[in-house]
Amino acid sequence: MKLKKGIPVIDQGNKLGFWGNKFGGNFVPETLKKPIEDLEILFNNLKKDKKFIAERDKYFNNWIGTPTRFIKLKNLTKHVGGAQIWSKVVSDANGGAHKIYNATVHCLLAKRSGKKIICGDTGAGYAGKMLSMAAKKFGLRCKIFMGAKDIERQQPNVRAMKKNGAEVIPVYSGSQTLVDAVSECMRFWVANCDTTAMCVGSTVGPAIFVRICGWSTSQISRELKVQLINEFGSIPKKLKLYNCVGGGSSSFGFWNEFMDYDKKQCEFIGVEAGGPAKSKRHAAPLTYSSKIGILHGAAQYVNQNSDGQIEETESISAGLDYPGISPLHCFLKDTKRARYTAASDEEALKAYKLVTKYEKLRPSLEPSHAFSVAIREAKKMSKNTIVVVNSCGDAYKDKKILRNRLGKKYA
Amino acid sequence: MLNPIDLAFKKAKKENRPALLTYTVAGDSTKNQSLIILNTISKHADILELGIPHNTPVADGSQIQTSAYRAIKNGIKIEDIFWIVKKYKKNKNPKPIILMGYYNMIFQYGEKNFLEKCKKVGVDGLIVVDLPWPENKSFAKKCKKKSIYLIQLLSPTTSKERLNKIIKDSHAMNYFISMLSTTGGKLKVSPKKIMLNYFKIKKINPKKNVVIGFGITEKSIKSLKKADGLVVGSAICKEISVSIQKRQNPVTNVANLVKKLKYKIL
Repeated sequence: MKLKKGIPVIDQGNKLGFWGNKFGGNFVPETLKKPIEDLEILFNNLKKDKKFIAERDKYFNNWIGTPTRFIKLKNLTKHVGGAQIWSKVVSDANGGAHKIYNATVHCLLAKRSGKKIICGDTGAGYAGKMLSMAAKKFGLRCKIFMGAKDIERQQPNVRAMKKNGAEVIPVYSGSQTLVDAVSECMRFWVANCDTTAMCVGSTVGPAIFVRICGWSTSQISRELKVQLINEFGSIPKKLKLYNCVGGGSSSFGFWNEFMDYDKKQCEFIGVEAGGPAKSKRHAAPLTYSSKIGILHGAAQYVNQNSDGQIEETESISAGLDYPGISPLHCFLKDTKRARYTAASDEEALKAYKLVTKYEKLRPSLEPSHAFSVAIREAKKMSKNTIVVVNSCGDAYKDKKILRNRLGKKYA
Repeated sequence: MLNPIDLAFKKAKKENRPALLTYTVAGDSTKNQSLIILNTISKHADILELGIPHNTPVADGSQIQTSAYRAIKNGIKIEDIFWIVKKYKKNKNPKPIILMGYYNMIFQYGEKNFLEKCKKVGVDGLIVVDLPWPENKSFAKKCKKKSIYLIQLLSPTTSKERLNKIIKDSHAMNYFISMLSTTGGKLKVSPKKIMLNYFKIKKINPKKNVVIGFGITEKSIKSLKKADGLVVGSAICKEISVSIQKRQNPVTNVANLVKKLKYKIL
């Protein structure tokens, strides 16, 4: 399995939508074949269309706000000792997380296709919140599917969705988390694909959704590349990009523009959710070598039992609490372009405490996983190594969990 | 030799009625009970579809989901499903069995092993909900080699061109999804419209049997009786759920329902 240079990774799939002839594809009910094909044609044309790109950039620049900050975490660097620790503060984006890029693009596509309603899934609530914002902006009706357990633990985002006029539909099946929300959203689309557009909240699902999401979040690395050159004159000789990985949308977007660099120069480190230290359950299929299987229309590494039933996951961060992983990341793992590891709930909390103690930055629990590993590894690195952590979400949504786990001071 | 599925359609046609296909979830609510249900409804149904429960079903409505989760919760494993088929096939007058499920279960078992096992226990056909054409081409060939029909699904969204291609590659039976819906949705299209679409499909190759499914109940079944076959699934799964809730015997209630369904299409 080989990564090609000069071709965007999202376009490296084969005819049937498989990366490395193995990951991704379109394992969907017959009813969805046509709407998926329509979306493929639309997207393939529009992504070459200068007018559409200009429209996208207009909203990215003026509405989402670009670029998000690229800052040195001076105090943290001093405390850790070793590599320079920087952060790309993607949570600066309108709405407070990277999910806004994908949501905006999906709404633009929905408008072009003449659909009046858009449905989407959400775990941490960010994908849903951003979709509700974008839907409102573009005058679309919005339905968000969210696991009942996640509704309970991510209330601030639920309130935001409702305020934006979205209908939040609780999902009570299975583990009542993201995996069930995605299933329910896909079921809704099966029944309503003639009137409704679907936005999958991450680089998961049938191949076209993986591609659209990866294309959208790549804005992060486009900005970072410019910022690095402005700061250092060129891309640093030793660059390490740390990002949390749930479905994999922020990490893919954070890395995409650096794909063709040698990994000795630009290393990608994906941090999955290891779950509670004492629990066997996790949401880290790449780290713990889960077997390949089919989930939500795509072949990927996924937590499952020997029969092929998808296993329940456990993580303190709702955004990473997903048994599968983007086919793009499976491809990056097997081609050895990226390295994957996990941080436990406790490690993420510890990193959150440390970052907020030293810096004016409040990464949500998801990027706190990435900070945990970055801090651990930065210690052993030389001073000329540039570590960049994508702070892709803000901790405001985690208030309740932080108060329960760390006390009032941190909430 | 004809596949028992062909024989079942032949017999129904002779009696000037559509074939009645039932769908129940294997292991709902237990391994033994689902076997008893098959044996009991066998008298009235022409073909028995048996669902392989999966915990992330992207095409099933709430009734079948409830049945599937119940079966999984009660410990059903894929080997148990083969056991149910094997035992059922010892019935004096066994009807054709079609297993219906999601591809990951087959993928994990291994396509080759799965088909060998199917052949051994007496499975006659397969429906794989999330393995559409052309992705299912190679699997369809493997099925054919074992004389097991891979039943293609056709939907109202399937284009004319695609219909032609799928039907050309299909085995002797196809399944037309009545409307844009997950299983068990409320019939939101008139039976007249469904039959219109059905005949369009039928015209492409009149020799191949086409059944209609999704949203068919005791109320609507009669109006669709010109089809080669009609599938009732969610209504049966619901009957099991309601029976359990009311502490009644699901076996008797399901048997009565199937009897009534059959009566409507005679």
